[in-house]
Amino acid sequence: MTETPLMPSANEAGSFKMFRAMVGIGIACALAIVATYQLTLPVITANKAEALEKAIFNVLPGAATRVNYRWNGRRFEKISPDIHGRDVIYVGLDKDNQLIGIAVEAGGQGFQDAIQLLYGFDPYKQHIVGFQVLESRETPGLGDKIDKDAAFKANFNALDARLNDESTRLAHPIVTVKHGAKTHPWEVDAITGATISSKAVGVILNNSVQYWAPLIHQHLDELKE
Amino acid sequence: MKTGNLWFIFINASLINNFVLAYFLGICPFLGVSGKLSTASRMGMAVTFVMLISSMAAYGIHAFLLWVDAPFLQLISYIVVIASTVQLVEMFIKKFSPTLFKALGIFLPLITTNCAILGLALFQTNKGYNFLESFVFALGAGLGFTLALVLMAGLREKLDFAEVPAIAKGTALTLLVAGILSLTFMGFAGLGG
Amino acid sequence: MQQKSPGKLQQFFHFPEGDGLATDEFIKGLWRENPVLVQVLGMCPTLAVTNSATNAIAMGLATLFVLVMSNVLVSSLRKVIPKQVRIATYILIIATFVTVADYVIQAISLEVHKALGAFIALIVVNCIILGRAEAFASKNTVWKSLMDGLGMGIGFTFALLLLGTVREILGNGTLFGFPFFPDSFQEWVIMILPGGGFFTLAFWLLFFNGMKARKKDNHTEVHPEKESVEEVYV
Repeated sequence: MTETPLMPSANEAGSFKMFRAMVGIGIACALAIVATYQLTLPVITANKAEALEKAIFNVLPGAATRVNYRWNGRRFEKISPDIHGRDVIYVGLDKDNQLIGIAVEAGGQGFQDAIQLLYGFDPYKQHIVGFQVLESRETPGLGDKIDKDAAFKANFNALDARLNDESTRLAHPIVTVKHGAKTHPWEVDAITGATISSKAVGVILNNSVQYWAPLIHQHLDELKE
Repeated sequence: MKTGNLWFIFINASLINNFVLAYFLGICPFLGVSGKLSTASRMGMAVTFVMLISSMAAYGIHAFLLWVDAPFLQLISYIVVIASTVQLVEMFIKKFSPTLFKALGIFLPLITTNCAILGLALFQTNKGYNFLESFVFALGAGLGFTLALVLMAGLREKLDFAEVPAIAKGTALTLLVAGILSLTFMGFAGLGG
Repeated sequence: MQQKSPGKLQQFFHFPEGDGLATDEFIKGLWRENPVLVQVLGMCPTLAVTNSATNAIAMGLATLFVLVMSNVLVSSLRKVIPKQVRIATYILIIATFVTVADYVIQAISLEVHKALGAFIALIVVNCIILGRAEAFASKNTVWKSLMDGLGMGIGFTFALLLLGTVREILGNGTLFGFPFFPDSFQEWVIMILPGGGFFTLAFWLLFFNGMKARKKDNHTEVHPEKESVEEVYV
């Protein structure tokens, strides 16, 4: 290496010089960060909205637009499409603005780490119409089949989530059964070699549907308007 | 549900998603300071200690940044706070417990650039843990790091007596052992699931 | 904080001194002093995000950007920054560029940003960047530091790509997402698991060590009985 030590003696500086350098660089850095943030923010927001929309339309076949609603404890209120989270549901409308289904985010513990997924729910027939993994770190080649295995995904084309007579909870909780043992429409047929991940999906869906399905059933009119 | 959740966070951070063996965080000290069992355990202690403190600090900063609505300052404030925490901890220990300082002393400055600390702060924010959960997460991550480091040091002390081809000596061999350790730790997956 | 007069500008891009285009500063990072394969620095991102070639490239480019920018800035400010606070300012500068890179990646592709996750932010603590700022950029001209940053950054990307391609081809049967093998190929899942990262890097290091050992043998004719006994592998 041909490094030439250029460190000048002026570097042994007093506190004013230190202060000046730190503050100067601090201000320059702050400007750079804020400028980038402001420039990229609209693009990022648009990208995120697009990605979410794609996922929603994927789990709600036939949907053309979506409206976000938040459960405030008493009723569903319409909110800006930029807000999302655990207490938000996405109502999918078809071309004639008719409610065709509701997409809900749900999450829980998988085999490796938390799984985040989005599922579509049909409030008329009271069944799940599809789901998509938003985020997971399941073992590649085994656990991550929950998002790829066609036979497994077929479980969710019309997964029974009917409410009981009092409309307080599901008539039959959603359960994952061993591969090939599915006999009822509310059962999920697990993937061989990825039983724990499959079970996790069942549990996550069950928890979420048990909570949302009665609410949606009771307040369906608020969502339809 | 609540305590079960905390227990799970602990198991998850220490074993299932061990910081070193599954997330590759803190590989530098893992490769560098794992030669001897005694140094490895002390390094582990130092990291756990700093992790706990910086995790709490990061929790505070995150709350503050949310309050002033400046998410873009997250990274820069985390790194500055971690660096200064390490300095403070160092001065504090030096003053109040010279014995502890002797044990941890030389490792503390090294920890500033340890990605496991920053990684911990970022992960706990991404996962949206509350204060108690963050604390347990930091404890689990620190102990998991110590465990990996101590296991590695034990293995390497044994390997010193083995005959190894010259080209495999050093980092390559350590990495091979680390790979096998990482595979063994995969056996923990599904614990508490 | 930028240059104030043309005189200073000339000082920054100080071509003379006999370093010409400083090609050596560029080339050394590619091979002789490759940050990953020779210096074994920056291991976290090297292992964590190389489960596919695309991720490896994205991570490499992000690091390259931060490395070049921080090298240039540190070296152009090297006479203004007092010695006592230099590490703090370097970290500030690096963290700024990493934040910038983070947002730019997020704007370009959410997919990539999701795949790299927290590891983009963790570029801050990549020892290569602080190491180059302290060991090189703080003592050399802007031009030389730029070349050094480019060389080291490309060397880093190259090493990541070596790992990423091997792991993706064997572990997923694809390269850059395109099928690489006929369908009958059974993927070696272990390669994209964390353990595979350790193994792949270990094998590349073995490979390069072996090449080096062989080169040494050719140069010096083998003298097994001399002091280089350990150097001659069995």
